[in-house]
Formats: sequence, structure tokens, C-alpha cells
Amino acid sequence: MTKVTMTINGKSVSGEVEGRTLLSSFLREDLHLTGTHIGCDTSQCGACVVHVDGKPVKSCTMFAAEADGADVATIEGQANADGSLNVIQAAFQEHHGLQCGFCTPGMVMSAAALLKDNPKPSEAEVREYLEGNICRCTGYHNIVKAIMAASGQDVSAIAAE
Amino acid sequence: MPKDGGIGAPTRRREDVRFLTGTGQYCDDMNMFGQTAAVFARSTVANGVIKSIDTSAAEAMPGVLAVFTGEDFVEVGGNPAGWLINSRDGTPMHEPKRPVLAHGKVRHVGDAYAAVIAETIEQAKDAVEAIEADIEELPAIVNMKDALAADHFVHDEIGTNQCFDWGWIEDNRAATDAAIKGAHHVTTLELVNNRLVPNAMEPRCSMAQYNRANDEYVLHTTSQNPHLTRLLISAFVLGIPENKLTVIAPDVGGGFGSKIYHYGEEALVLAAAKKIGRPVKWTADRTEAFLTDAHGRDHVTKIELALDKDGNFLAFRTETMANVGAYLSNFSTATPTFLHGTLMAGNYTVPNVYVNVKAVFTNTAPVDAYRGAGRPEATFSLERVIDKAAREIGMDPIELRRKNFIKPDQYPFASAAGLEYDSGNYDALMDQMEKVADMAGFEARRKASEKKGKLRGFGVNAYIEACGIAPSNLVGVLGSRVGLYDAATVRVNATGNLSVMVGAHSHGQGHETAFPQVVAEMLGIDPQSIDIVHGDTSKIPFGMGTYGSRSLAVCGSAVVRATEKIINKAKKIAAHMLEASDGDIELKDGVFSVAGTDKSVTFGEVALKAYIPHEFPLEDIEPGLEETAFYDPANFTYPSGAYCCEVEVDPDTGKVTVESMTAVDDFGNVINPMIVTGQVHGGLGQGIGQALLENTTYDENGQLLSASYMDYVMPRADDLPFYTVDHSQGNACTHNPLGVKGCGEAGAIGSPPTVVNAVIDALQSGGKNVTHIDMPMTPHRVWSAMQNA
Repeated sequence: MTKVTMTINGKSVSGEVEGRTLLSSFLREDLHLTGTHIGCDTSQCGACVVHVDGKPVKSCTMFAAEADGADVATIEGQANADGSLNVIQAAFQEHHGLQCGFCTPGMVMSAAALLKDNPKPSEAEVREYLEGNICRCTGYHNIVKAIMAASGQDVSAIAAE
Repeated sequence: MPKDGGIGAPTRRREDVRFLTGTGQYCDDMNMFGQTAAVFARSTVANGVIKSIDTSAAEAMPGVLAVFTGEDFVEVGGNPAGWLINSRDGTPMHEPKRPVLAHGKVRHVGDAYAAVIAETIEQAKDAVEAIEADIEELPAIVNMKDALAADHFVHDEIGTNQCFDWGWIEDNRAATDAAIKGAHHVTTLELVNNRLVPNAMEPRCSMAQYNRANDEYVLHTTSQNPHLTRLLISAFVLGIPENKLTVIAPDVGGGFGSKIYHYGEEALVLAAAKKIGRPVKWTADRTEAFLTDAHGRDHVTKIELALDKDGNFLAFRTETMANVGAYLSNFSTATPTFLHGTLMAGNYTVPNVYVNVKAVFTNTAPVDAYRGAGRPEATFSLERVIDKAAREIGMDPIELRRKNFIKPDQYPFASAAGLEYDSGNYDALMDQMEKVADMAGFEARRKASEKKGKLRGFGVNAYIEACGIAPSNLVGVLGSRVGLYDAATVRVNATGNLSVMVGAHSHGQGHETAFPQVVAEMLGIDPQSIDIVHGDTSKIPFGMGTYGSRSLAVCGSAVVRATEKIINKAKKIAAHMLEASDGDIELKDGVFSVAGTDKSVTFGEVALKAYIPHEFPLEDIEPGLEETAFYDPANFTYPSGAYCCEVEVDPDTGKVTVESMTAVDDFGNVINPMIVTGQVHGGLGQGIGQALLENTTYDENGQLLSASYMDYVMPRADDLPFYTVDHSQGNACTHNPLGVKGCGEAGAIGSPPTVVNAVIDALQSGGKNVTHIDMPMTPHRVWSAMQNA
């Protein structure tokens, strides 16, 4: 077992992990941060996306030990300080960008990473960026729309209620 | 309408807040004190005889608490089929036992033959590796045609691989044959409805607790249908009394059909929890999901359409082989029959329809209802053969459909396939589709595509489906072994807020938002004061779950009936409080008043009075304000639609891109248009996925080649366009109190033939005489078709 220490959503956290423990397992099983989801075994679905030192990472592809000393952000830390939804979360709700909610944490974390690098992405850029996040419910229409809306773009011309 | 939205408001979903903040509670997010882990030993061969299983080494491994094999479940029942189908000769279908764990034989790759319970999942996985199973591999039965001709069987005891040979309607067969024989023109098409894996993003998970003190069990499980799961476990599989078993489906990450059914893993964790006296949890990994979740579709069909010289439809005749896999899943026999054959008249006045379906056992995972369940297969066959016929007789495909549409003044309409459609207006849907899709501009868009070196095609489709499943009296005659009503309890609490317990289960459909809109509208109160309780058999009167686009049409109707009872009782209480006759009491905006006076009491005051019944007329009114209703629909509901799409095909590579997709649906009345639109979007994504990307592939040995997201092509954001969705042309359902039809499956039903029709149109426009390509229309298939044309 190895001792790891990292900052998660602004708080310093320590734990004992095996070498094989994945970051996703450390978050879910040891820290009970179950908003990070596991949807596949092959790093394809993106339900487990978190940020490590500001970069989006599929937490099922990273060992917890590799994140020693890192600054980790998960879905649980995304809301505003007063507990209200942040701009991206609010846009997902406003534009019905989620249904069953299982892929949603990964989608929100990927969207946040995209908008940090590309504050006004085009539709094609959003779709391409989400290539590593699978949603089975929404057909992606409202996810793409929500992310574009969160970036401050006018999405009123894109169909839907 | 209440201030935060009643019927018809695009109310934002309240459940979103927990999902967006990572505070949803899915099954695998929960852990119990003293919890242990279950891991299954699964067959690596498709067909094999279990000679012996030696578990002694596994039992001695660190942390191992118990090992189970099929031997441990010989005395308990099997997981049953929910529908009895009779063959054309009157004999009942073959129903081989589906055990908790395989016993004697393994019948598909992934079939579980043993399970280990250990302190940790890692220990359980290690111990599964130490189980010594001697399994003699037999030749696999994979292809349906081969299976019907084979002299060896998936189930030796029944001596055939044919589950049933069903005719619908058998009495129409001769007339249909005669109509085809004498027709001016007959169009024939052979097609494959490709096998799909539902792929809810949350893998299945089941966790059982057993309380020795009172002999009670609690099962948390990923279910669309917790009451049915309890009923099956109690009545058929383990015999646990229903009153000793609570089934809880908490937040569930999608279902699409795959989580309707009871699976053996649920029974195993329950039995194991009792044996070891501690909670037992199992969570599927994605490979297990591919191997063991019920798959969808997998039909091989020949369809013929007979026309007269003017293009009037005379008959549809269909022969289908439907794969049911290695065992009968709960609804697997209903899907290719009564959810498919009964829709084979489509939106048309065609007088003759005959459908023959042979259901076939193979050494593959069970196949059952997947979003649309039989209706996509029906629509695909019909709308493809109609398109082909239009081309053959030189008529515009929209004109041919319009010529044969049932007209608005013909309802109720008795279809030649045995259903009575209640309402619709297919021409109006087509008119609206032509308008919102800007059909007039298509030729200009085609020219622009051609300028880029691409072929552009326009595809169209008209569908009808039967959902709001289902009238118990009717389905009972058709072979269903359950009733398909639903139930709701409306509990008005003393302080005036409401808990509404519903039998439907929400796993993405937004019930927690939409159902309160209905109750709030009826009572004239704030929807935020109303909460929905779902997914827990200990809290809800009963329910038949969520599938078949039934939640609002059936369970929503039960909510309406229960709320009506609340209003009736509340009026009596108000009348007493106001010293008036209850016939004079009016309810408006949450206030009960005496007609023609200024005397009134609020809904909240009535609620308080019901629970603090001082000076209460106990001889006339019981204290409390809680009512339950069961609602059994009088008929299916019949959503319909006109869909179109435009595709571009790259003639050099065969790559297809969907440039636009338009869905115009008649869903009757709409409670929350935002949610309805989202449901259609999701169906369109899955339908386009079926048309272009998704395929489930077994090799000749029955090995599943597409068992991960590296191999099974899920639609991604960059595979799909923005959609145009319109439900302005609703015709209210005539037989349920909300006038609603059902929107959950429409997109997946209407879109696959639309996309294929568009690709064929594109290739034809490029001078390639291609008349059909099987789904998924991969670049390789499209390119090959072009080369051979």
C-alpha cells in the first residue's frame, strides 16, 4: 500500500492505495465521491472524466498513485460556492442536456475543459471534443446546445423547446 | 395553469440538480455495512456440456465466503417467459427452463455457471479463476437458418430449435395469398433488422440484504420494473413471499428495455445474502453487459407488397425469422409477435395482411424488447418495401403513401392486422414534415452537395405504433401472463404537500417533473409542493414499470384517477367546513369555494382538516386524504409520424453523413414539450445508430466479436446532426383521461427506414441502381453496393 495525498475540490485528502488502484476507484470507494461514474472497461465512455491539474482525464485510466500531489476536480466540486448550479450545469438543465444522468458528470467535466481552452466553440468543435463521451439518452442535440449556450452563444435558432 | 407549470409547460427538470452535482444515487453508488462482493464464472464457449465443476480450490482462497453452482438451484424455479405464444398448428411454444445458474449445459458465451462471494471484489475475481470447470465444447448454433435445419439443439429436451411458428392472422392467410397472386404488381424485399445491444450507460447492478430476525429481503437493483422483478422472484424463481421481499430501483442510468427483465444475478445475490448472512453486491462490467444484457431486434425478413395498377395497396405478406437467443427472456416471445405482427398494416387502408414469424433458439445472448420492441422491425419492413415499390412503379414515395393513408374521417379504424386505431391524421403530419424540412429546397441542396462531389438523398417514412402497453383484457387473450395496468397513490399530507407514489419507474424520462405537472394542473397548486415516489415496492401500491411508452398513458392515467378521488373527498371536507352541499363546491386555483358566494377554504386548509378532524362528520367522511387508483387502458395508444432525412454519401468511400433529420409526430396531448422533444432526440440517435453504425456480431463459434466499445460502434456526438422535432399536429388519444399517446420509442421506430431510404435515393441519384443495403450501412457496405450496381 502506498500513501497518496492530493487536493480534491479544494480540500487536501490522503489515503492508502494499492499500486493497481485506479483514480476512479479511489474517488468512489475510498472517498465516497460517487458522482464520478464507471460505464465501461475500455476508457471509451467518458462517464469518469475528472480534471487533474486542470486537464480532463478519464479517471479509470489513471492510477490513484499517479495523482499523488495533484489538484483534482470532480463533479461534486463544480457548483457555485453558494451551492447553485454553475454556468455549465445550469445550461444543461435549461436546455435539457441530460436524461438518465449517468453520463452527465463526465459530460459536464469535459464541457468545462473544452470551454476553458476554447471559450466560443463551434457546433463542429463541440461535437468533435465530445468524441470521448458517450450518451445513450439524448442523441447529443441538447448536450451540444447546452455547451454552446454555456459559452455565451445564442442558441435560440437551434430547434427545441 | 399553476405558476411553475402545469400541463403543457416546458418545465425544467427538478431531478437534474442531483444528476448535475454528482449526488444521484445509482445502485453501484450505494454500499451496505458488512457488504460482500459477487463475481460470476461465465462460459467462454457458446455451447457446451458441463462435465464437472470443482470449486474446492476456489473455496479455499482468501476472503471467499461461498461458491455457488447450478447444482445449488436445481430445486428452485426458472425465470419464466411472460407471454405464451401458440404456433399456427395450435401447439404452445417451447419453454425451456432458464435457471439461475447454468446446469448441465452452458448455452451462450457469458452464460453464468458459478458464482463466488468474497470479502472483496478482487478476492472474488481471483477465486473465480480458481474454479475448475470441465466443459466439453459442442458445435455452436448461431445462424437462424442453420438452427432450423440443424439436428442438434440449444435445448436437447425440446428436440427443435424452433420456439414457435406463429401466423397472424392465420384466417387471413388465404386471402392475402390470393391478393398477391392476382396483383398487378408485387414488390419483394429481403432484409435484416440488425441485432443491437441496448447499452444503457449504467451497467446492471444488484445488491441484496437479508434480515434473519424477520426473514425479510431487500434487493436494490437496476430495474425499469421493480414490482415485476419482485413478482417473478416470488412466484416463479426463489419462492420468497412477496411480503418478505422489497425491491428497490433507485436512480437507474438508462434502460431502453434491457432493465425491464428479471435476471439470474438478482436471484443469486438474494440467495447468497441469506446463506452468508451479509449483504451481497454484484456490478456488471461493460463486457458482462454486452454478453448478458438482453439484446434487441435480430430479424431476418422477406416482405411482399401487392399493388393494383393505380398504386393502391392490396396486401402485405411477411415471413420473419426472429432470434430469441439461448433462453426466453421475459418479453421475448411478445416482441416479434404481438408488438410486430399487429403493426404490419402500418398507416394504410390495405385490406390484407399476413405475417408468419418463426422464433429461433440460438447459442447467443437472449433477445428481447429494445426501444420500440417489434414496432421498429414492423416499420422498417413496411417503409422499406413501400419505398422500393414506389421506385418500381414510378410513383413519388410520398404520393404512394398518401394514396394509401387512412383518412381522418375513418377513425376508429380497424386495421387489417387486428388493431383498432383511435385517432390520427397522417396527411397532416406529412404536410407539416414537408414544410418544416423545407422539402422545396431539397433540389438546390442536392446540387450544392453534388458540387462538392457528394451524392445527396432524401428519405421519407410514415409510421404508426401501438404503445401505452397495454389493455389487460386484450393482452390476456393474446397470451400475456400478466396484466398491464398501472397504479398510483396520491397522499395529501397534513401540511398540504403531496407525495404521489407511482408504479412507473423513471430512468431518464423525467417523471419527477412531468407527473407533478398533471397533479398541479388538476388541483391548481404549486407543482413544487408535489413529490413523486417511485422504484420502491415497499412504498408503492403496485406497478408494471416503464417500457412500451406506457408511463404517462397508463400510470399517468392512474395518477389522474387517484387525484380525481382526492378532489371528490376534498370537496366533501370543504363542504363540511363551509356548511354547504358538496355539489356546490368548486375547485379553482387551489381554492374550494361555494358557487356564487365569497365563502372559500384553501387546499391547504382542507388538508389540515382531513388530519385534524375536529368537529368532523365521521359518519360521512373518514379522516385522512389519501387515494389509490389502478388504471387499465381500454386500448393501446397509437402515436404516428412522418419523418424525413437528408444524407450525403461520399461516392469514393461509401461514407454516409446524416445532414438533417426531421421528426413530425402525433403524440396526442403533450404534458411537457421539452421532455417529449428530448425523448424523440434520443430515439433518433439510437435509430441513426442502428442505420449506420451499430451491429452485434457473433462468429461461427458463437463468440461475441462486438463485446466492448472498441468493437461495437456507439453513436457519438460527431456522428449525429441537430434534429428538427415537431409535435404540433397532435390528435388527442380518445380513451385515456389525458389524451396522451406515448413518445419514448417513436424516434427509434421512425428513423432507421428513413435513413436507409435516403441512402438508396442518394445512390440512385448518382446512377447506381442499388435497391437495398442492410443496416448498419457502413462505408464498406455502401461502397460495395455501389461497385456491384
